[in-house]
Amino acid sequence: MADKNGFFDLSKTTLSRRTALKGIAVGAGLALAPGFVRYSQAQSSAPIKIGFQSHRTGIGAAYGRWYEKTSAAAVKAINDAGGISGRKVELVIEDDGTDPARGAEVVNKFAKQHKTDIAFGTLFSHVVIGSAPAAGENKIPYFVVSEGHHVASTKLNRYVFQPGITDVKSQIQSMAPWIAANAGKKVTQIFPDFAFGYDHRDYLPPALKAQGADVIAQIAIPPTESSFTKYFPQIPAETEVIYHVMVGPAVLTFVKELGEFYGSNRPQLFGFMDSLEATDINSPGLEFLDGSHFWEGSPRYAQADDSAAQKAYRAAVGIDDNGAAVGDPKDVSTASHMFGCWETLYVVKKAMEDAGYKGPEDRAKLVEATEALKEFAEGPEHPQGPKTFNGKIHQCFGIQNISKVEGGKLKVVHKTKIEDGLYEPEGDYTKQAL
Amino acid sequence: MRDASPAKTYALHIGVIALLFALNFVLPDYHQGLFARIMALAVFAMGYNLLFGYVGLLSLGHAMFFSAGLYGAGLTVYHLGWGVPEAFIAGVACGALLALIVGLLALRTAGVAFMIVTMMFAQVFYLLILYFATWTGGDQGLVIQQASRVFSIGGTSFDLTDPTVRYMSALALFAIVLLVTLAVVRSRFGRVLVAIRENEERTKMLGYDTVANKLAAVVASGAICAASGAAYALLFGYVGSNFASIQYSILPLLWVLLGGAAATLGPLIGTLFMYYVTDITSGFTSAYLLIVGVALILLVLFAPKGIMGSIRERWLRWLT
Repeated sequence: MADKNGFFDLSKTTLSRRTALKGIAVGAGLALAPGFVRYSQAQSSAPIKIGFQSHRTGIGAAYGRWYEKTSAAAVKAINDAGGISGRKVELVIEDDGTDPARGAEVVNKFAKQHKTDIAFGTLFSHVVIGSAPAAGENKIPYFVVSEGHHVASTKLNRYVFQPGITDVKSQIQSMAPWIAANAGKKVTQIFPDFAFGYDHRDYLPPALKAQGADVIAQIAIPPTESSFTKYFPQIPAETEVIYHVMVGPAVLTFVKELGEFYGSNRPQLFGFMDSLEATDINSPGLEFLDGSHFWEGSPRYAQADDSAAQKAYRAAVGIDDNGAAVGDPKDVSTASHMFGCWETLYVVKKAMEDAGYKGPEDRAKLVEATEALKEFAEGPEHPQGPKTFNGKIHQCFGIQNISKVEGGKLKVVHKTKIEDGLYEPEGDYTKQAL
Repeated sequence: MRDASPAKTYALHIGVIALLFALNFVLPDYHQGLFARIMALAVFAMGYNLLFGYVGLLSLGHAMFFSAGLYGAGLTVYHLGWGVPEAFIAGVACGALLALIVGLLALRTAGVAFMIVTMMFAQVFYLLILYFATWTGGDQGLVIQQASRVFSIGGTSFDLTDPTVRYMSALALFAIVLLVTLAVVRSRFGRVLVAIRENEERTKMLGYDTVANKLAAVVASGAICAASGAAYALLFGYVGSNFASIQYSILPLLWVLLGGAAATLGPLIGTLFMYYVTDITSGFTSAYLLIVGVALILLVLFAPKGIMGSIRERWLRWLT
């Protein structure tokens, strides 16, 4: 090690006070030098990775495509404005095939292979429920945009959140006052004979009862049915309102046959936009819906009184005044649900910044910071409207729209209040260990 | 039968189990989890293979046996608060009982009619799950909470949500079923099953009760598939009607065809292959099912006996 002159011989090196001071000064200078600062920033400015569990294939594909578009637009907007805590956001997309088993695998993949910070974006209830155990086991926060009541039921686990879209129980409850006051007091429900229909079957009657109205008949239609005429004689003659929530490709036949059954003398019709998401309201066979009313999460058609935030959101996502893709009028969006992706990503941003989130080691802090959120004001981050958030049940509550089909468009005729959709919490996630 | 070399055969099978054991320590986290799932589902394929590969009975309703195990275990934990071992036994018992009933009725038919009858029974089972949604959770399904998936044996606690415990549990089930099916197909009973597949009339003339043997095979197959379903519910914490749909009746058929029917290791190879083709290709394109389809067509064209079937034909003629 030492050369002949002892140049490298440390044993001969003496450390004078002057040398020591010089050394400290040089060290401090280096630490403060622009190069070093850049280096230390690079350590913490790696992008925040958000695992997006997308329904690219399977029955949820139409939703999946629009969920991706909306999420990409939100990520761009967040990044353009400086990202989350100064870090860029990056979406890592995996297809779950709208299948619960594959969904769980995708969440595992996010946590263990892609090492994303969170998982996000699932719509279909069975995929959410199937994936939830994987989120809990991996301790990865899982932000869903599903509108199912499963999160708020507190039957999942502490890592699952739904802060960007209201749940179906709240939506149904919010509709009851308007239906009872404006459409009629005697309601017949027609719904598909599976879980989505059961939510409506179970939550509407008590909500209407509280408003002095009644469900006088409930007609469950098997999911395999392709013709509906034989069910219509079961609709009681005194029915004032038909509340329908049929979904899937059979909707067009359902509406057409209902039209043939009643002709021009029909009861009031009230439906949920879930029936017609990604479907043109002017499709042949849907003429019978003219004058009927629908629940909408966020309006498909641009409204005269749209806020600046709503206009900016629509422009960013790329939907025209009719709710179709800009440049492709046939590509109708899933406007009633997809806004939830936009809003959820802003909730994630807020919670991460509140938590001082640095990386996966701070996931528990992120859970607690999300649970501590109380309100989201209407604005560019929440263009659908103001919301409250219940940290105990991990669910947000917001306003709903009731729209009338008029001249081939949907016009919002009523907006509910947040309070209309509140209900007693069914449990408390915050009591579960992290 | 072929050259009987039980030592070689058992050595190969034990070698595969040992390899899977060793993989637990070297696989990256994600793949460790994926392998646990593959082993649990390979048990499903092995149950299917027992009936399809060795007896030649093509069922299109095995999802009902898998989901009988899934719900038998899941619902007893969810509603009755049973422990993991009891729930697993309940799941297997449900599958065996269902297989006995379905077998008694469906075995009155053969060939295409057997396919249709089993498919119809499975459809009835699927619709019953939806109909009793209050208890089954319907198409949304139910989550088995983490706390319910912990059990203890002899004072030692096992948490099935722990990746290593889960992997080892799946491996234990896989190893037991692999060795049991190997022993079964090499036994007298197994040879009778193969004889039925090759020529049922002749087997009957030789004095064997073919119906009783086929029924025993249906029950064994159903019980193995139910064991897979019960393990799936307990290991992965989700119970849903999706697993009772027609898709899950066709999947084991594909896994077995791919891996090689009438080869005890075929189901594992087929399941592994399908899972990884899906997993890898879905990262590149949303048309991954097209790639899976093309892979299947290529295999049928160039290796009609499946991967293990072709290996056996060319190189390992002693393989069971």
